[in-house]
Amino acid sequence: MNAETSRRLLFDMLRIRSVEETIAARYGEQTMRCPTHLSVGQEAVAAAAGAVLKPTDLAVSGHRAHAHYLAKGGSLKAMIAEIYGKVTGCSRGKGGSMHLIDESVGFMGSTAIVGGTVPVGVGLAYPMKLNNTGQISCVFLGDAVPETGVFFESVNFAVVKQLPVLFLCENNGYSVYSPLSVRQPPGRKLYELVAGFGLKTFHGDGNDVRAVHAALSEGVAAIRAGEGPRFYEFETYRWREHCGPNYDNDIGYRSVAEYEAWKLRDPVPALRRALIAEGAISDADVAAMQAAIDAEIAEAFAFAEASPFPDACDAFTDVYAADAFAPAAG
Amino acid sequence: MSTTFAAAIREGLATALAADDSVICFGLGTDDPKGVFGTTLDLHKQFGSDRVFDMPTSEAAMTGIAIGAALNGLRPVLTHQRLDFALLSLDQLVNNAAKWRFMFGGQRGVPITIRMIIGRGWGQGPTHSQSLQSWFAHIPGLKVVMPTTAADAKTLLLGSIFDDDPVIFLEHRWLHNMQGDVPAGDVREPLGKARVVRSGDAVTIVAMSYMTVEALHAVDHLAAQGIACDLIDLRSIRPLDWPAVIASVQKTGRLLALDPGHLTGGVAGEIVARIATDHFTSLNCAPQRLAAPDVPEATSPALTKDYHVRAEHIAQAVGRMLGREVETASLIAQRQFPHDVPGNWFSGPF
Ligand SMILES: Cc1ncc(C[n+]2csc(CCOP(=O)(O)OP(=O)(O)O)c2C)c(N)n1
Ligand SMILES: [Mg+2]
Repeated sequence: MNAETSRRLLFDMLRIRSVEETIAARYGEQTMRCPTHLSVGQEAVAAAAGAVLKPTDLAVSGHRAHAHYLAKGGSLKAMIAEIYGKVTGCSRGKGGSMHLIDESVGFMGSTAIVGGTVPVGVGLAYPMKLNNTGQISCVFLGDAVPETGVFFESVNFAVVKQLPVLFLCENNGYSVYSPLSVRQPPGRKLYELVAGFGLKTFHGDGNDVRAVHAALSEGVAAIRAGEGPRFYEFETYRWREHCGPNYDNDIGYRSVAEYEAWKLRDPVPALRRALIAEGAISDADVAAMQAAIDAEIAEAFAFAEASPFPDACDAFTDVYAADAFAPAAG
Repeated sequence: MSTTFAAAIREGLATALAADDSVICFGLGTDDPKGVFGTTLDLHKQFGSDRVFDMPTSEAAMTGIAIGAALNGLRPVLTHQRLDFALLSLDQLVNNAAKWRFMFGGQRGVPITIRMIIGRGWGQGPTHSQSLQSWFAHIPGLKVVMPTTAADAKTLLLGSIFDDDPVIFLEHRWLHNMQGDVPAGDVREPLGKARVVRSGDAVTIVAMSYMTVEALHAVDHLAAQGIACDLIDLRSIRPLDWPAVIASVQKTGRLLALDPGHLTGGVAGEIVARIATDHFTSLNCAPQRLAAPDVPEATSPALTKDYHVRAEHIAQAVGRMLGREVETASLIAQRQFPHDVPGNWFSGPF
């Protein structure tokens, strides 16, 4: 991997981390009034995918999508404004944290129902194949998604039609407070399970951003070359509570020791240390990155706060292509 | 004993689990440290993990599994933290659970209870806030229960679990923290009986679930202005207690039906239609309904301000029906917290 790509990965991870931590720090102000799922600890897969995918490739995601949206190139300002419910938000205040979109960079939407965007991502790939566009469709998913029927139905169709789909699973071990052990039998590996559908599947350390990048680079090239869909599973860990800004290691669904062990595998300082050791970057470079990120975040929050709320009448728009129906009288 | 609505649900579940070994209770997060907003908290410790358990994120299959278990002697209670998640299971509910008794000539029913929690506020938004009771009420073979009080939460849940047909049991998230007296023991309330919450002869107001709370504020506020309304808490949407509604309308001559769901195709429309068609001569003025508008609920708090029916809207509607000016400013002023939370106890995120 060249130094430029390494620096980009570090920058993108630092940026995602800083955005999420700022949301966490400010959530208590009660001005971000929507359910919010943070990706702190899980930056590596998003950053690597963002670096491998082209802006013309398309992506969809689920409830925990901030990192995916940002890594794909989504506007930070529009995301923060969306969380603030402002008209300048990426969904004009209609969707909040769980419904992000930036079509200008191929981020086609994230939604809140587990598994809901998996078939949509496969559907995005169908015209890519028909028209030989050379694009791929990336479906970000969590470890709970391979419990839904629609996931398997979608994978099957993608295999039948050999569609250019990258199924990208971040396995953080939990669905809300439920460990994998109550959802899958002992010894089950998701990547082995999915392989039964007849596509190539892979797994790896989701906190080793350069390894993820290398794996996805090869995989995306193969998918782009027409070799059909692939499934990648990367193990990682969410640091904060499932939904909301706090830590919740005290409530008993996972151990502090487990959390501490994963914190030692923090992907961000790991890459920073490696790059410094390799001479690819200096402490001053990192400080400059952080300063640029902090400034961008401050600007985005200021933008969101200063932005107007949508007009009350906007509540009645966007239901149909044209406002064919007058809003029903109450 | 006074408990919260959520604690009353838990008590109902515990009572059912203790009363009958065939009762099982499962759903996402059922045995986790939050216990579905406290409604299932630690039940697995008392009744064991064979009977109280978490599940994979497989709503469709788990509903069918509940149906099969019920056909083979169990009384499953399946909980969804949002109604919206249960939409994945519609095929099982509509094509299997609702039809089983009918399509096999009455040989066997499906005694399952599906709890679904209706979200609201704090940006729950388009896919975490839907109040789709009319969908379920539309299906012959399903029963639909919507309790308001803590007592009903417990006793109607027990009634639902021991009912021999599939019951959709809808809990409004804004009710979970409300307090009320709850009867001790195994009190099973039969389904299909409404309760007259306030008596009066001016207007019949028909409500259910959280709508009843808003209606109560309105009715008590109107009473101070000399307007006495009948307030009927339906408690069950299907079967619906038509005799209670009809008797009230025959007394008042005026009907205002409330609905937390969308206006078009809603339960309130059904009530208005039935009364207008069958009891037209009892009416002194056109029957009215108040419901959520025919648009999804947005996330931004700026877009939800006037989305839901609130006490002031109900009071104003009553005033219009009576041709009277009613004062609502003080009613609005009583609300000391933002419009998108049920009280200061709630500060997100779920
Ligand atoms: C169909 C459906 N069921 C339940 C939920 C509630 N829910 C929201 S996020 C979530 C956990 C998903 O876990 P995972 O896919 O591992 O993603 P993670 O939160 O770990 O990133 C659940 C169960 C939902 N949104 N949709
Ligand atoms: Mg997970």
